[in-house]
Amino acid sequence: MQRRVVYPNRVLPYLLLAPQIIITVVFFIYPAAEAIRQALYQQDPFGLNAQFVWFENFALVLQDPHYWEAARVTLIFSLAVTLLAMAPALLLAVMADRVVRGAAGYRTLIVWPYAIAPAVAAVLWLFIFHPDIGYVGQGLLALGIPWDYRMNGAQALLLVILVSAWKQISYNFLFFLAALQSIPRSITEAAAIDGASGMRGFWLITFPLLSHITFFLLVVNLIYSLFDTFGVIHALTQGGPGVATTTLMYSIYRDGVVNVDLGGSSAQSVILMAGVILLTMLQFRYLEKRVHY
Amino acid sequence: MRQRVLSLLLVALLMSLLMSASAQRVRVEFWHGLGGPLGQLLETITDDFNRSQDRFQVNATFRGSYPETMVAAIAAFRAGNAPHIVQMFEVGTATMMHAGGAIVPVYQLFARTGVPFDPSVFLPAVRSYYSLPDGRLMSLPFNSSTAITWYNRDAFRAAGLNPDQPPRTWTELRNAARRIVASGAARCGFSTAWPTWTQFEQFSAIHNVPLATRANGMEGLDARLQINSPLHLRHLQTLMDMQREGSFTYGGRDGAADALFVNGTCAILHGSSALLGRVRSEATFNWGVANLPFYDDVRGAPINSIIGGASFWVMTAPGRTDQEYRAVAEFFRFISRPEVARRWHSETGFLPIRQDVFNELNAAGFYRANPGRDLPLLQLTRTEPTVNSRGLRLGNMPEIRNIIQEEVENALQGRQTAQQALDNAVRRGDAVLAAFERAHR
Repeated sequence: MQRRVVYPNRVLPYLLLAPQIIITVVFFIYPAAEAIRQALYQQDPFGLNAQFVWFENFALVLQDPHYWEAARVTLIFSLAVTLLAMAPALLLAVMADRVVRGAAGYRTLIVWPYAIAPAVAAVLWLFIFHPDIGYVGQGLLALGIPWDYRMNGAQALLLVILVSAWKQISYNFLFFLAALQSIPRSITEAAAIDGASGMRGFWLITFPLLSHITFFLLVVNLIYSLFDTFGVIHALTQGGPGVATTTLMYSIYRDGVVNVDLGGSSAQSVILMAGVILLTMLQFRYLEKRVHY
Repeated sequence: MRQRVLSLLLVALLMSLLMSASAQRVRVEFWHGLGGPLGQLLETITDDFNRSQDRFQVNATFRGSYPETMVAAIAAFRAGNAPHIVQMFEVGTATMMHAGGAIVPVYQLFARTGVPFDPSVFLPAVRSYYSLPDGRLMSLPFNSSTAITWYNRDAFRAAGLNPDQPPRTWTELRNAARRIVASGAARCGFSTAWPTWTQFEQFSAIHNVPLATRANGMEGLDARLQINSPLHLRHLQTLMDMQREGSFTYGGRDGAADALFVNGTCAILHGSSALLGRVRSEATFNWGVANLPFYDDVRGAPINSIIGGASFWVMTAPGRTDQEYRAVAEFFRFISRPEVARRWHSETGFLPIRQDVFNELNAAGFYRANPGRDLPLLQLTRTEPTVNSRGLRLGNMPEIRNIIQEEVENALQGRQTAQQALDNAVRRGDAVLAAFERAHR
């Protein structure tokens, strides 16, 4: 059986591929190549004189204790956001899957937070947790808990983790729900007849059948926590207090945009890019083997 | 159908005529970093200029906070379309002075365009901040402020303090803040906006100690920070002790603490004199202003404070014409006129940057009718500036400000001692200065 599509015209396939290739080159290959090039130069803010310095920017970044502190913050932040964004989403999806009456309305409400811009989400949470103007913040203070995320690094990190995870729950919920609905009833019913129902049935039958989507979401959520949480951090803590909420991404922004050190900032981007590529490869190499499609 | 086409054509013709009429004016882009009422007043003044003549058109655009405006202008320059004029905060001065071909120094602008201009009308303290050591003016001074003490008179009265005797020294300030918190007159006794500016830069100036070597960078790019001196250490320790006992509340970076004073949370605030507009429109209590406090056992203290605020820089771009520079020069001449300076000073908390404006308002009784409005200028000019109180000229100063804020925050959180915080700030800040020196050698 011939499964390959054969085009009579030699140009047509390239033409059909062109939009995809152009988008990849313009929005990924070109900026990435530019970042690598900039990382090898030291220059003044205005770009009037640039010096080729080989890998000095990388050396400076890797010698900076604050960079490693940012790496440590990023590790805690990413793992916590991924866990807190996926576990409640799975729980909500399982619950929503069982709802009979008003299911559509219920699902719509859960999806709403995804439509909120990160900066707006951060401001909403600020009105809840700000020690001076937030209800929960004032409540915690009234209970004698010294709540002030502006001065307490651990509390600041907790807050940006909560907001970042909250924003991503909707997305995960949608995927989990769709995956749950694609599991044939006959399988869960057969399991129930064999005595595997409730929690036992979920962990033995349902969860393994969700593994492909769980794996996909794991990759997506890790990448989300690394790259897309900038808005939340910027609006809530600006990376502070001290450097308690400065993730690798925020550090790139601060050095590149605020401090206009393009060489150092590009070196950090290249390191982060390499790290994410490596991480994703590892996930596919080791985790994917345990996934059932 | 035909009629409709005809009328459309007519409209198009009219439009193009109108466009070409306004295109005959030389257009100049002006980016500024003043939001709210200050920005509105600045744009009103720009409109006044546009109405005052028919050859030039200045388009003023708000580009976010000062640091954001600076970054936007640099990015635009790199892309080849820098604005003609950019408003740059005072700590960006060194970066701009060393921007080489990216800027046109103001003295050159006036020489080149032949527009008459006399920089000696500006106050020496303001002029020297934006001039080369030989006195040539690099940027146009416009909105200059200084740091002062704002206090809540109602809270002072409620705490049993005399609102007519605001604290003069740090000992008095600490006692007052303690008493305010203890009596419940306010939840927060003392806070500070712009922590680096008020507690390090202004603090060093009024105590006549260096913030950095080489006359705070005025004399060379090889300046290095000196903020781990015994006096700086003592001051940071005082702030940490005050925080522990509850009389000092850290209000966040940059201008974040302004809101704490304006909404009545904090009874005493160190902040910019330019906060006036906001205090007047938002504060629901009686307030007063005072000089920044000092340690009275430091010999010679207090001396003059230094300026903050911003100045206007002229930027270059490929294909910029002489006519455009001419427009910039005319605009600068207009905006420096005594009427404009008087209006700007009397409607905002910024300083009167011209001596004649101050004298004239003084003679007209403005300061008697508005007590405290002359305090910022008097504090700024109360002594002859020394090498430590002439101002700062440190490369990448915005970055150094953030480093100091980070290290101080870590100390206030109890993660490091005051000595460690200052040593770290010096080490990291010096690396920034060394990088700047290297990039401009």
